[in-house]
Amino acid sequence: MKLNVLDPNRAEVAFDDAKPAYSLQQAKSESNRCLYCYDAPCIKACPTDINIPEFIRKIGTGNVEGAARTIFESNILGMSCARVCPVEVLCVGDCVYNEMDIPPINIGRLQRFATDMAFEKGWEFFKAGPDTGKSVGMVGAGPASLAAAHRLRRFGHKVTIYERSNTVGGLNTTGVAPYKLRADDSLSEIEWLMKIGGIDIVYGVEIPKTHTWAELEKKHDALFLGFGLGPDSRLDIPGKDLKGVQGAVEFIAEMKAKPMKLEGVKHALVIGGGNTAIDVVRELLGLRAAKVGALETVTMVYRGSEAGMSGYIHEWDHAKEEGASVSWQSQPVAFEGTGKIQSLKCLKLDANKKPIVGSEFSIPADIALLAVGQAKLGDLVKGLDGIKVDKGTVVTDDNGGTGRPGVWAGGDCRNGGKEVVNAVAEGRDAAVAIDAFLKAGGRRG
Amino acid sequence: MVDLTTNCGGIISPNPFWLASAPPANSGLQVQRAFEAGWGGAVWKTLGQPIQNVSSRFGAIGYRGTPGVGFNNIELITDRPLETNFREIYETKKKFPKHAIIVSLMVETEEEWRDLIKRSEDAGADGLELNFGCPHGMCERGMGSAVGQEPKVNERITGWVMKYAKVPVLVKLTPNVSDIIPHGMAAKRGGANGVSLINTIKSIIGVDIDNFVPMPSVGKQSTNGGYCGAAVRPIALHMTGALARHKEFGLPISGIGGVTNWRDAVEFLLLGASNVQVCTEVMLRGYRIVEDMIEGLSTYMEKHKFAKVSDMVGRAIPGFSEWGNLDMNYEIVAKIDSEKCIGCQLCMVACHDGAHQCIHPNENPAVRVPVVDEPECVGCNLCQIVCPVESCITMEQVPNGFAPASWNQHLNEGAKLRHKKGSHA
Repeated sequence: MKLNVLDPNRAEVAFDDAKPAYSLQQAKSESNRCLYCYDAPCIKACPTDINIPEFIRKIGTGNVEGAARTIFESNILGMSCARVCPVEVLCVGDCVYNEMDIPPINIGRLQRFATDMAFEKGWEFFKAGPDTGKSVGMVGAGPASLAAAHRLRRFGHKVTIYERSNTVGGLNTTGVAPYKLRADDSLSEIEWLMKIGGIDIVYGVEIPKTHTWAELEKKHDALFLGFGLGPDSRLDIPGKDLKGVQGAVEFIAEMKAKPMKLEGVKHALVIGGGNTAIDVVRELLGLRAAKVGALETVTMVYRGSEAGMSGYIHEWDHAKEEGASVSWQSQPVAFEGTGKIQSLKCLKLDANKKPIVGSEFSIPADIALLAVGQAKLGDLVKGLDGIKVDKGTVVTDDNGGTGRPGVWAGGDCRNGGKEVVNAVAEGRDAAVAIDAFLKAGGRRG
Repeated sequence: MVDLTTNCGGIISPNPFWLASAPPANSGLQVQRAFEAGWGGAVWKTLGQPIQNVSSRFGAIGYRGTPGVGFNNIELITDRPLETNFREIYETKKKFPKHAIIVSLMVETEEEWRDLIKRSEDAGADGLELNFGCPHGMCERGMGSAVGQEPKVNERITGWVMKYAKVPVLVKLTPNVSDIIPHGMAAKRGGANGVSLINTIKSIIGVDIDNFVPMPSVGKQSTNGGYCGAAVRPIALHMTGALARHKEFGLPISGIGGVTNWRDAVEFLLLGASNVQVCTEVMLRGYRIVEDMIEGLSTYMEKHKFAKVSDMVGRAIPGFSEWGNLDMNYEIVAKIDSEKCIGCQLCMVACHDGAHQCIHPNENPAVRVPVVDEPECVGCNLCQIVCPVESCITMEQVPNGFAPASWNQHLNEGAKLRHKKGSHA
């Protein structure tokens, strides 16, 4: 099936790959460095426990098809994860070579090599299981649901995914930094995994407006909740509605879907110190490098210090190399301007994040992007008795089971916002639990 | 300063590093460049009735991305006119009078041997090497290894040569025999001044798995070649040591087979070679490798206070014995340095799957340093071999109260042996 058609002039196409593809020779050379550890630490560091030493060995022997099979067997979004994963803090971070101060194996790039080749050559590894007559409904078409759906198809259960937007893949399609993964890459991977057949997607679904929980529960033998997070959180300070003040996730989605001019934007601010903040800082710097608009400065404004930021330090290091400015220990107090933002007024904070009296200062700003978190959508499940929601996230057991029989959850709506690879793991494992539940007789069991 | 001057069967060279008879010693310009780079001698590529070669000619095996660990060739002896070779030998010797030029020969009749010996000596050869080893092509014509595999033929032809030769003669032996001793002894009975070994090993280096042809392929066919390179060194070391420690042999040996650097050369010298010859590593990396060989050997000799090369020749022979003489009560166990261990657990899987099941996971799952079950550890070295961290796993002797006792002493004198380990009986 052909998925959403993308605008060929969308802004994200201006970005080059941060970690370009390996040639066969480069991949073999890197594979040959791998020690092939036993019960390897890199596997344990991978939320989807890909058998990394095994797939690397297979690349080294020229069995790239086998390597791709090993990857996708554990992680059906293995191509995306190869590009998107913060490998520095996952598999690569735990490579034993680090213990010897020898450069660790570039696992992400090797995984990309094998998975890219799978698409290039059209390898297909999985078939749907014999039809069980059961069906599972999923809410949200992001990585968690896709991973769960694919696994359930292998077990022979039918799947229908209910998606609010008109696109598939969730943040993997609309939210990943384009120097890691572009929207079309995400869609190709989904197109590929959908070849297993039997996964229907219904777009434009709003619960309870278009569909109610009762309808979904009636129609399906089990439900999987993978509805992710909501819109960007806002800062409730004066000037919050000025033109040019926008949520970071929303801005990224626009950049990945549409052309972008950034007319009249010289100074861009990003408020926050997490990974979305760093991503959008790097994206703005990339747009500056690609001569989109007339961007001059990109400044991150963060309440804490460099040591205290929640974003990955390796990402921030890249941002600095690319020319990011920063204002540490700065508390936004007002967006200033008439009609449209012209500057951001801040207060300096001390080491305990307490405002320092009289420390007001203003930073010029033509846009200010808010990367201070996203809304949690736990309220969505209010009508479902038995499901516990804690601070907006759905509470589950280890396999994603909620307190309501027949309902599982995974991905950002459960974990509060983690990596794609976490969503895939949660979706996959929930599918295994759902299969066991259905085989045991389901709600009537 | 150490003295690297070497005498092998009467052939003197400024150092023990010779080019073996092979493509790197095919022409005057090559050998002269080699001497300029520092090589002490060169065994000229085998002369005989010039032949015609095929293409392709070479094949190699690699391991995990390192090409040329093993190498083979189906190239024959010189394909250049004899006059050209002799003229270039003469010119090279004139330019490098102190370097050793040894001419390798391979012909059929006594007349031909006599003729080529005379012409070699007239050209200035310091010695001759009789190619009784080539295991491909020439052996089909009754030469090379066809001679070296028959002690009587070897002895007879060596005898012919010794009738005519005025310069020292080395007989180059083939490893394509079950026991090297009768072949070394045949050369000795023929009167040779020394032997060189090993020539290449009969081999198929690989198969083109998509075209179903062995390699190196010549169109849609191939043939067996001669195997050489680093991978053959253990075989060459064994044959060198076996001849060197044989009580009745006693001739000088020029060691050949997988020498890639000074360490390899030292191993041959310690097992009884008077010098070494190198081909494959030069083919792969060029003459320049000799700089490190000379420096490395000199530093090694200084460290061990060997004033001249002959001081070290054969120093490891007393340590080379039969299994039945080994001390059964010598006991070592593996020790893992937990500070150095990186937690790859290669030792553990190797011990479990490939040895004696005595390295186990740490009781604390958070700690990746494996634990050696010393009462079961047989001291086999496998864990140390697979460990990627230098000196992380050491094999350490443990006292067991048993006096040294070999299997032979146990059988013949009733010497007491310690209990078996690792048999999990």
